[in-house]
Amino acid sequence: MSHKDKEQLAGEANELMSKILSTGKQLSPKERLAIPAQEMPSQDPDKRRGNMSEVALGYTPEQTRLEAMRCLKCKTAPCIEGCPVRIDIPGFVSAAAEGNFQKSIDIIKKNSLLPAVCGRVCPQEVQCQLNCTVGKSLKSVDKAVSIGRIERFVADLERKSDKQETPAIKPQTGKKVAVIGSGPASITVAADVRREGHAVTMFEAFHKPGGVMMYGIPEFRLPKAIVEKEINTLKSMGVEIKTSFVVGRTRKLRDLIDKDGFDAVFIGTGAGLPKFMNIEGENLVGVYSANEFLTRVNLMRAYDRENADTPVAYSRKVVVLGGGNVAMDAARSAVRLGAQDVHLVYRRTEVEMPARIEEVRHAKEEGVIFHILENAKRILGDEKGHVKAMECLRYELGAPDDSGRRRPVEIRGSEFTMEVDTVIVAIGNDSNPLIKQTTPEMVTTKWGNIIVDENGKTSVDRVYAGGDIVLGAATVILAMGQGRTAAASINKLLAS
Amino acid sequence: MNKILEKKQLSNEVFRMKVHAPLIAEERKPGQFVIVQLDSDFGERIPLTIADANTAEGTITLIFQTVGKTTHNLADLNPGDAIQNLLGPLGRPTHIEKFGTVVCVGGGIGVAPLHPIAEGMKKAGNKMIIIMGARNKELLIMEDLMGKIADELIICTDDGSYGRKCLVTEPLKEICERVPKPDMAVAIGPPIMMKFCAQTTKPYNVPTVVSLNTIMIDGTGMCGGCRVTVGGKTKFVCVDGPEFDGHQVDFDNMMKRLGAYKNLEDKAHEKCHLEESMVKAKK
Ligand SMILES: Cc1cc2nc3c(=O)[nH]c(=O)nc-3n(C[C@H](O)[C@H](O)[C@H](O)COP(=O)(O)OP(=O)(O)OC[C@H]3O[C@@H](n4cnc5c(N)ncnc54)[C@H](O)[C@@H]3O)c2cc1C
Ligand SMILES: Cc1cc2nc3c(=O)[nH]c(=O)nc-3n(C[C@H](O)[C@H](O)[C@H](O)COP(=O)(O)OP(=O)(O)OC[C@H]3O[C@@H](n4cnc5c(N)ncnc54)[C@H](O)[C@@H]3O)c2cc1C
Ligand code: SF4
Ligand code: SF4
Ligand code: FES
Repeated sequence: MSHKDKEQLAGEANELMSKILSTGKQLSPKERLAIPAQEMPSQDPDKRRGNMSEVALGYTPEQTRLEAMRCLKCKTAPCIEGCPVRIDIPGFVSAAAEGNFQKSIDIIKKNSLLPAVCGRVCPQEVQCQLNCTVGKSLKSVDKAVSIGRIERFVADLERKSDKQETPAIKPQTGKKVAVIGSGPASITVAADVRREGHAVTMFEAFHKPGGVMMYGIPEFRLPKAIVEKEINTLKSMGVEIKTSFVVGRTRKLRDLIDKDGFDAVFIGTGAGLPKFMNIEGENLVGVYSANEFLTRVNLMRAYDRENADTPVAYSRKVVVLGGGNVAMDAARSAVRLGAQDVHLVYRRTEVEMPARIEEVRHAKEEGVIFHILENAKRILGDEKGHVKAMECLRYELGAPDDSGRRRPVEIRGSEFTMEVDTVIVAIGNDSNPLIKQTTPEMVTTKWGNIIVDENGKTSVDRVYAGGDIVLGAATVILAMGQGRTAAASINKLLAS
Repeated sequence: MNKILEKKQLSNEVFRMKVHAPLIAEERKPGQFVIVQLDSDFGERIPLTIADANTAEGTITLIFQTVGKTTHNLADLNPGDAIQNLLGPLGRPTHIEKFGTVVCVGGGIGVAPLHPIAEGMKKAGNKMIIIMGARNKELLIMEDLMGKIADELIICTDDGSYGRKCLVTEPLKEICERVPKPDMAVAIGPPIMMKFCAQTTKPYNVPTVVSLNTIMIDGTGMCGGCRVTVGGKTKFVCVDGPEFDGHQVDFDNMMKRLGAYKNLEDKAHEKCHLEESMVKAKK
């Protein structure tokens, strides 16, 4: 497919829009279905390979309205069922179709605190867009109403207009809440609890708040300015943010309650420890966890080779192991850092890849070479201890496993070697043990995830939790949703 | 932001700083470290051991050697200046108990992190033998403080400019041969020194703790950049360590990983010396 630039897409949309408006009639369902799904304008793949700027450029107002006009306003609204925070999708989409973008964003904000983020990074094809009637009628989830892109447009419009007001805060209650971590779960709790007039202090281990949105998801997918804006809103609401503060070490969780007088605590510490494959050669120079690689690139800005003090070595041939969003982000970051070849090795097939479809497509457009049904067996080093090659095995799909996905089975004797100098392991994370270690009474699963009840409460009195530390690796919107639940419980606790 | 309250140059390359950090001072235990970052946007995050702390004053003491860009920039700061980001205390504290006789070996700047451990061991009632080594007399630090703790103090320099002319492993071996042999050894210094200390004590079955100084980023277990192989297993120095059983550590792999960015670091270091001399030339 040749790349259509922003102007071209805008032109096509304008033309169609004026045609529709000139009829002055309500569109019939059939006419709605006939409107072409609006393509997201994006940077030319050849150009974006060399920069960190955002790839998807966002719809124009006309594209947004056209895409929104495709919605049939179904009575049953299966889309709402698919959204973890149950946004009134037909409501905000029809407001956008009318061109009433302010009303549209106001509807979204009743349920979501981070629409500019979720519009960009939600895996819509398995959430709100999965069961969209339009997609079903056109027999492809790709043709569903692009709910996320409309959400993104109206959120961006409000953000850029600077009309965004600081939410109203109720009078001070004299109660105070500690929020640990500063990812989407914690941001949501901080805002929701602060609105009720409680004092909120947010503790973040890193030197910058934002969680994975800051150090993991790259700039070219989620501009850091958006995350910073959300953080600034919290600050203007009077939330105190303490960075370089690791709960469990700088202060124990118990001490926050017993000594510092916090009335409730929310734990949103995220996933944490990177998993490795436990294969030979994994500690050679040139093997990174995706967390390390992405943190160096994003948070420490290694891509700015002139200014950053935390470097990433130049790589010629990079292999990324894994098939999720994290793997795509690592592979695409490696492309941008100037690697000659970037390979992605995944032991199942593309159908099973957990990554968002758009990320897989973008990665391919940018030249990432996909190897499916293959996996690393061992990594080989040279005499200096640097990676020089990787031995792989081929796989085939066998019977379905517990997750319902067909299990990959190795093909004996299928070993082959590829020459590489960098290996990035992106096969998931274990839970961060720090709070558990220093708060023995906290009940967790055997994988270390904190167990909470339906109100988000942990086994410890006055302590709540949510996000990846509860769910294992999840999504921004799920983390946010759990934050909402926990915040409501905390507000209830403190009201009594 | 943490204010620097005192600064003293201990040798040509070694500085001591007292920094305001009341919470860290309250929580820290021997063996733990902090992560220092001088610039939130581009600065490197470097680990430094908490050499001492004063809860009454709310201060911690850092002792560091200028080896590259960040440590140089830190050394350029003065009382009244602030460190932008200081995170800690990190790592597991040293396991301190009464073992009997403990031999502590400190090489170069390693004496700084060794000091609080030696002090803790002494307080726990151990007999303390301390070996200190440095390339030359000028690089030797904290002799007086260590002297106060030691029941027996042995000093060696590579060039013989002070104390015995030998490597620290020589007296260590002699001590291992004594009857009764020491119950415990702690060795902190350059990786190569720790490697040979562990090799020295191994035949005598003297348990030997080493404190590893890998490259770190977050210091909280999130990145895996600090990982080392210990007893065939992967461990994260920032959360599983920094102290490990020296007989189990794969030092060769660790040293290779430490050198991973050597070229780039050397360039940054050169650049900062160049800038320094340009500034001087201007004046
Ligand atoms: C590279 C990457 C790409 C992703 N892509 C997507 C995507 O496209 N779409 C999507 O929906 N999801 C994506 N995710 C997943 C999503 O980012 C997470 O599910 C989400 O951020 C979890 O939010 P959280 O609030 O639980 O915590 P996190 O965002 O993980 O933040 C936790 C914060 O807590 C801090 N912390 C940890 N321990 C402590 C402590 N003891 N004291 C103080 N602070 C502490 C951490 O430093 C961190 O900043 C991606 C994740 C990664 C890593
Ligand atoms: C747990 C821990 C505690 C430490 N405590 C102290 C301390 O109390 N005092 C002190 O002076 N240093 C200590 N270090 C070492 C210190 O972190 C490094 O000297 C520092 O990171 C170098 O940063 P730089 O930017 O100045 O030099 P860089 O430019 O990063 O490196 C310059 C040179 O030093 C080498 N190097 C890089 N990182 C390290 C490292 N972590 N250890 C050893 N050599 C390294 C490089 O290979 C290079 O040749 C500790 C390290 C760890 C992991
Ligand atoms: S929050 Fe996510 S799932 Fe919900 S409507 Fe928006 S994009 Fe879809
Ligand atoms: S399912 Fe699709 S078409 Fe129906 S209301 Fe939702 S977005 Fe509109
Ligand atoms: S420094 Fe990142 S895991 Fe240890």
